[in-house]
Amino acid sequence: MSPLLAMFIGFAVVWAGLFLYVLRLHRIGRTLEAEVGALQQDRRA
Amino acid sequence: MAVTTQERAVAAKAGPDRPATLIWLGLGLIVIGQFMALLYAPEEVTMGNAQRIFYVHVPSAWVGYLAFAVVFGASIGYLFTRRRSFDLAAYASTEIGVVFTTLAIISGSVWGRYAWGTWWTWDPRLTTTFMLWLIYVVSLMVRAYGGVGSQAARFAAVLGVIGFLDIPLIHLSVVWWRSLHPLPVVIRPEGFGSGLHPAMLQALLVNVAAFTVLYVALFSVRRRQMAAADALAELKNEDHRRAGTQWTVGTQEVS
Amino acid sequence: MGALSAVRLLVWKDLTLELRTKEILTAMAVFALLSAVIFNFAFSPSPAQAVTLLPGMLWVTLAFAATLGLSRSFVLERDQQCLEALRLFPTDRSLIYLGKAAANLLFLLLVEALILPAMAVISGIALLPHLLPLALVMLLGSIGLVAVGTIFSAMSVNTRIREVLLPVLLFPIASPVLISGVKATAGILAGRPLVEVLPGVRILAVFDVMFVVLGYVIFEFLLEE
Repeated sequence: MSPLLAMFIGFAVVWAGLFLYVLRLHRIGRTLEAEVGALQQDRRA
Repeated sequence: MAVTTQERAVAAKAGPDRPATLIWLGLGLIVIGQFMALLYAPEEVTMGNAQRIFYVHVPSAWVGYLAFAVVFGASIGYLFTRRRSFDLAAYASTEIGVVFTTLAIISGSVWGRYAWGTWWTWDPRLTTTFMLWLIYVVSLMVRAYGGVGSQAARFAAVLGVIGFLDIPLIHLSVVWWRSLHPLPVVIRPEGFGSGLHPAMLQALLVNVAAFTVLYVALFSVRRRQMAAADALAELKNEDHRRAGTQWTVGTQEVS
Repeated sequence: MGALSAVRLLVWKDLTLELRTKEILTAMAVFALLSAVIFNFAFSPSPAQAVTLLPGMLWVTLAFAATLGLSRSFVLERDQQCLEALRLFPTDRSLIYLGKAAANLLFLLLVEALILPAMAVISGIALLPHLLPLALVMLLGSIGLVAVGTIFSAMSVNTRIREVLLPVLLFPIASPVLISGVKATAGILAGRPLVEVLPGVRILAVFDVMFVVLGYVIFEFLLEE
C-alpha cells in the first residue's frame, strides 16, 4: 500500500462517514417536518 | 387558521432552525484544517503521506471521548433530576460518539495496515478506543431493548456513568497487558521520533478544534430532533386519547 | 435495623433459598466443569502448553459461570413478585445491593473452589504451590465481577433479552478484571516475581473499591420507580 493510497483511504473513510451521518440527520429532519405537517392537517380536519 | 402554541413549538424544533454561526465556523475550520493537514503540514520522514491520516484520526478519537464525557455529565444529571432533557442529551451524544469513535477506529486501522501490514493491532490506545466503542454500542442496545417507560433511560444513564469511570481502568489494564508485548515497530502513532514539528502541531490543533465544533453542531441538531420527536409523540398521544383511539407508541420514540 | 444485620439478613435469605434447591450452584458448577473439559478437547494441550492456556481458560469459564449465577439472582425475585417486597424493606435500598452482591460473591467463590482443583486435575498442572497468591487474585477478580454484575443483573431483569443483555453489559465493563486477572494468574503460574504481578493486583483492587462504592451509590437510583 503506497503512503498516498493509505492517506486517501483514511481521509475518504472519515469524510464519507461524516457525510452519511449528516445525510441521515437531514433525512430525519425532513421526516419530522412531514409528520408535523400531517399532524396539523389532521387537526384542521 | 388557529395554530396552537404546542404545534408551533414542535415545528420550531423540527424545522431548519440551525445555529447558523456555528455551522459556518465549523465549515471554515474544517476547510482550513484539512488544507493544513494535506498541504501545510510537512511530510513525515518515516511514513510519508500516510501519516497525514492522523489529522483526522486523532480529532475523531478526541471527539469520541468528548462525547462520552458529555454522556457522563448528562447521565448524572438525568439520574438526579429525571428530566427528559438530560436523557435526550445523553442519547444524542451517545449516537454521535459512536459515529466518531467508529471513524477513529477505521482510520486507525487503515494506518495500521499501512504501517504494520495488519488491519488490527492491540495497541493500547486503539484497544481502549475499541472498548469505548463497545460500551457505546451496548448503551444503544440498552435503549433499544431496555424495557418500557423511563427504564431504558435510567439504565442507559447508569451505563453512561459506569462506563465513563471504567475507561481509565480499562486503559491501565490494557497498557499493563501489552507491556510485555510491545509493538513490533518503534513508530508510535503520534509521537513520531522526538516530538511534533510545530507545523504538525498547529495542523493537529486546528483539526481538533474543527472536529469539536462539528460535534457541537451535530449534537445540538440531533438533540433538537429528538426533543421534537418526543413532543410530536406527545401530541399524537393526546389526539388519540381525545379521539378514544388506541395508539401504543410511547414517548420513547426518537426516530 | 442496623446496616450490617440488614445485609446479613439479605445474604442469609438468598443462601437459604439457594440451598433449598441448589439450582444456581449446580448450573454454575456443571457449566464450569464442562467448559474445562471442552477447552481441553479444543486445545489438547501438552503440559507446557497447559500452563499458558490455563489462565485464559479459567477466567473465560468464570466469566460465563458468573453471568449464569448473576442472571438468576434477580429473576427469582421477579418471578415471585418479591421485588416490591424488597422495595418495602425497612432500610437503605443500597443495602439490597450489598446483600445481593455478597450472596452472588459467595456462590461464585463456591464454584471457584470446585473448579480450580478440577482444572488442575484435568490439565495436569500443580496449582497447590501457588495457592495463596492465586486465591487472592481470584478473590479480587470475583469481587469485581460481582460488583458490576449485580448492578447489571438488576438492570436486565425486566428487559426482553435479559439473558443476552447481562453478558453484553458485563464483559466490556468488567474487561479490566478479565485482562488483569488473566495476566496476573499467568504470571503467578509462571513463577514470575511478585513485583511483576503487583500492578495487576493493584488494578483489581482499585476496580473492586471503585465499583462496590459506585454500585452502592447508584443502586438507589436504579430501583426507584
